[in-house]
Amino acid sequence: MHSFGYRANALLTFSITILAVICGIASFSDNFNSPSPAAQVQVLNINWFQKKPDGDDEVSLTLNISANLESLFTWNTKQVFVFLAAEYETPKNSLNQVSLWDGIIPSKEHSKFWIHTTNKYRFVDQGSSLRGKDFNLTLHWHVMPKTGKMFADNIVMSGYSLPKAYR
Amino acid sequence: MDWQGQKLAEQLMQLMLVLFAAVGFITGYVLGSFQTMLLIYAAGVVLTSLITIPNWPCFNRHPLNWLEPSVAEKYPKPQPSANSGPKKKASKK
Repeated sequence: MHSFGYRANALLTFSITILAVICGIASFSDNFNSPSPAAQVQVLNINWFQKKPDGDDEVSLTLNISANLESLFTWNTKQVFVFLAAEYETPKNSLNQVSLWDGIIPSKEHSKFWIHTTNKYRFVDQGSSLRGKDFNLTLHWHVMPKTGKMFADNIVMSGYSLPKAYR
Repeated sequence: MDWQGQKLAEQLMQLMLVLFAAVGFITGYVLGSFQTMLLIYAAGVVLTSLITIPNWPCFNRHPLNWLEPSVAEKYPKPQPSANSGPKKKASKK
């Protein structure tokens, strides 16, 4: 510590190490948050349901998605990425997950929301197995932190089904 | 800085940085604001660097007393035991 440069270097490296430590503790503190989110989805309308020329089924839905994700936000949350996926089983695949809608929630104020929309991404099957198909709608979320570990979870809502014939 | 001053500066730097980090973390956690934690810590780093890096007089209170050259010559440096080094001046008594 005998010169200006020596002390400046020591201070710089020590301060950065301590910064890493407090960011680590801040990320660890997220584990003490026990979230209690709620969500509900209604399929308001099947707009159309067709078999495409290449042989795959496609359906267009109008959805009413409402959720309360306030408890997911902590002091260390930058944003929450949320998406809705339709999940079902076909003879070809034991699990199909098709993302229908996603969004970014930038803050706690925006996390209690209600959205009325058609599906943002196309609901297309690999093949032609959608007629009369029962499917789950699962709302997934990724809590993206300002620093540290990202937490992800989901809510499964079951009981939805597609019509038995094309429209 | 003298030796005591260096020790003081180093200890002060470590203590102040850890203290500001702890205060910043607790304040940020309680207020629920990550930005507050970072601001308090950044202010602490700047304050610590202003106090411990420059050569303030308080770090020079125990200066080393180097001998005057004329006095130092009376006490020759110890000779290396193996091969002799460069020829030393003859010591005056």
